[in-house]
Amino acid sequence: MRVREFFQPDDQRMEHIISILVENKFGVLARVAGLFSARGYNIESLSVAATLDPTTSRITIVTVGDDRIIEQIMKQLNKVIEVLEVVDLTETHFLDRETALIKVHTKPEHREEAVRIADIFRAKIVDSSLTTYTIEITGDVDKVEALINMLKPLGIRELIRTGRIAIARETTRTASPRREPALLKS
Amino acid sequence: MRKSGAEIFCESLRREGVKTVFGLPGGVVLKLFDVLCQQKDIELVLTRHEQGAAHMAEGYAKATGKAGVVLVTSGPGMTNIVTGLADAYMDSVPLVAFTGQVSTDLIGNDAFQEADNVGISRPCTKHNVLVKDVNDLAQTIKEAFYIATSGRPGPVLVDIPKDVSIAKAEFRYPDKISLRGYSPSMGGSKQHIRQAAEEIMKAKKPMIYVGGGAIFSNAADDIRELAEITQIPVTMTLMGLGSFPGTHPLSLGMLGMHGGYWTNMAMHHSDLLIAVGARFDDRVTGKLSEFCPEARVIHIDIDPTSIKKTFHAHIPIVGDVKAVLRQMNVMLRSMDGNPVKMRAYRAPWLKQIAEWQAAHPLSYKQDDKIIKPQFVIEKLFELTKHEAIVTTDVGQHQMFAAQYFKGTKPRTWLTSGGLGTMGFGFPAAIGAQKAFPEKLVLCITSEGSFQMNLQELVTAAEHKLPVKIVLLNNGVHGMVRQWQDLFYEGRYSASILGKMPDFVKLADAYSVKGLRALKPSEVEPVLKAGLKHKGPVLMDIHTDPFENCYPMIPAGGAQHEMMLEDPPELNRGKKGGAQKRKVDEGEGVLPA
Ligand SMILES: Cc1cc2nc3c(=O)[nH]c(=O)nc-3n(C[C@H](O)[C@H](O)[C@H](O)COP(=O)(O)OP(=O)(O)OC[C@H]3O[C@@H](n4cnc5c(N)ncnc54)[C@H](O)[C@@H]3O)c2cc1C
Ligand SMILES: Cc1ncc(C[n+]2csc(CCOP(=O)(O)OP(=O)(O)O)c2C)c(N)n1
Ligand SMILES: [Mg+2]
Repeated sequence: MRVREFFQPDDQRMEHIISILVENKFGVLARVAGLFSARGYNIESLSVAATLDPTTSRITIVTVGDDRIIEQIMKQLNKVIEVLEVVDLTETHFLDRETALIKVHTKPEHREEAVRIADIFRAKIVDSSLTTYTIEITGDVDKVEALINMLKPLGIRELIRTGRIAIARETTRTASPRREPALLKS
Repeated sequence: MRKSGAEIFCESLRREGVKTVFGLPGGVVLKLFDVLCQQKDIELVLTRHEQGAAHMAEGYAKATGKAGVVLVTSGPGMTNIVTGLADAYMDSVPLVAFTGQVSTDLIGNDAFQEADNVGISRPCTKHNVLVKDVNDLAQTIKEAFYIATSGRPGPVLVDIPKDVSIAKAEFRYPDKISLRGYSPSMGGSKQHIRQAAEEIMKAKKPMIYVGGGAIFSNAADDIRELAEITQIPVTMTLMGLGSFPGTHPLSLGMLGMHGGYWTNMAMHHSDLLIAVGARFDDRVTGKLSEFCPEARVIHIDIDPTSIKKTFHAHIPIVGDVKAVLRQMNVMLRSMDGNPVKMRAYRAPWLKQIAEWQAAHPLSYKQDDKIIKPQFVIEKLFELTKHEAIVTTDVGQHQMFAAQYFKGTKPRTWLTSGGLGTMGFGFPAAIGAQKAFPEKLVLCITSEGSFQMNLQELVTAAEHKLPVKIVLLNNGVHGMVRQWQDLFYEGRYSASILGKMPDFVKLADAYSVKGLRALKPSEVEPVLKAGLKHKGPVLMDIHTDPFENCYPMIPAGGAQHEMMLEDPPELNRGKKGGAQKRKVDEGEGVLPA
């Protein structure tokens, strides 16, 4: 279920995509993840990989919270020694993408339908067997979820999602100084 | 020249100016201990339990401002210091803890005495590192000391595998560190400091609320200057005690759960709160929605996460207390801030506070039968002329000490606030005494807490550290019993300590002098004799098991709704648990 739908409309909690540049060192991911669990913050999704600079990695975390919680999350992340930069992309213009691999169970009478749905979404069929298709989709979260919903009636046997990654649009950069925008505002 | 990891370790400690290491050996750290014992200028204090080592290092660090150093073995050695690390993390104490680890080729194999030291300590350290390569050791140690002592101080753990302590590398001690992800801000925003100064001059009912950060920042003089030129009263958190003289006319003592009535009332009615290195802990604020409802808030803190964490701040200033106050005081003076003028301006406010204080001062009733804990602390305060480093354990005695021992200097009040660790006080006193062999070090404790680390009596005796233990022996977990009185209908579940050791004999067994006072008339002679004794002393002072500590804001209660005395319907020990302890008969053990 989408987070946005999950909460009441007047709920202050919002989804945020936080992009964290870290030293590519042993234990850093555990520190970042541990910070979320120890303080009771949500992790909706998490992805990590090296950047162009092999000494750093980027962690993208989708989390949910009201302004106060998000402010604390940003500050707490900044406090971790190996964290180099923290950006709340939701505060900027950004693009986000997620990839899903969906293995659908296909009865003979449904095989056509599966292909048609994949086509509509410009998704690719990357593997097939006599009884399944594996469909790959990349897109923003609405698109991925729309496809999943369409395929559900056919019977989804397995679903693997990468979690979201995001990048700031041309005008801004997915990196900001370690300063604290939230503090300067007040 | 190529050196072994152990030699690099010792040489690095020397470069960091380390004089004392508290620790206990074991298999994987034998090489480190072997080289350490050959160093002339670094002394090893062998403790009898690793927890003792960690708290001694804390005591040393709190008293000096320098990092305390701990060295323990892998597995159980490391797990035994976890409480010390957590305590140091909560109270921002600079520690560097070195733990042994199994050899790198065995890590992950459930090897003998293996524990995931870095994993276990992660949530209770500011930073921690496993050193996998001897070539990284010197750099790691340099960074560890820098991280532990800079910004908001805290514990750092360095995990050294056995093979790394043996392997050799070229030794070069780095003179610079470059941590690209770490650069604590110091100065604070000029614009915010100016805005703060303007509000301070205008406010009618301002309060300065000082916390531990002022002590870490060595800002006592700046706080005093701020208070005096603006004539604003000062209250301190439990951790901030000593940052402003408790005897100063502008001091309102401690605030919060067991703070003064007048102090909490002044907070509640203030129109401007100047929070200085304090973190709005729940023991300070009580019910947040009713905390300082009319106050504008200026919050100075070096750690951005402390600001707006639990309470709002209208003017947040991220920076070091001293650096910020220096600028602020200059501005205040230029805005015509001066004692004479401000005294007149603040007169109505100070008068109001004095009235609150006169209405409900701290009080207790001492008769000639049973010793009141407050009486002992007042006597101690008087006899020492407040020239002492005081450590405490956790419980009622800690709160009585905070109320009645009005310390005047920073780094002379060492207590466990954030974690509230029983067993902290005595080893912390040993650590402080090690740092200042000539100073008077008092450990105010009670039998519950003291028994959690009393094995260190022999450490004090062995190192001839003349710590004066003032054991307020009420025979109960007093603080727990108090809550049971007030909130659990007097059912004393597990708060009465049934069987008690004979503390004088115990002291004797450890080659420590033991004294005992059973009657109020014996308090002064025992304290005098204890303070005069050259070596370590244990003063076993039997106090009223049923004295409760007031004022008290019940947990979750509002700041201005304090309990000031036992409620009339108090139902002591009626329902289960032990009945009133007999007043001890006979004479105390007095000096011959
Ligand atoms: C039994 C018991 C009862 C207690 N009752 C009370 C009570 O009645 N009243 C009370 O006050 N406490 C009480 N406490 C203690 C309480 O739990 C907290 O530990 C305490 O209130 C926190 O103090 P603090 O706000 O000064 O923060 P600290 O824990 O001392 O934190 C210091 C703050 O200063 C900041 N800082 C550090 N260095 C600097 C620097 N150089 N410049 C600027 N900022 C800096 C840090 O980031 C942090 O935010 C009690 C504890 C126990 C165990
Ligand atoms: C290690 C630890 N265990 C339990 C507690 C909970 N606790 C807080 S105060 C207290 C009683 C303290 O008793 P004592 O040391 O005798 O002090 P008193 O209150 O009698 O002065 C207890 C058990 C604690 N703070 N620390
Ligand atoms: Mg007791």
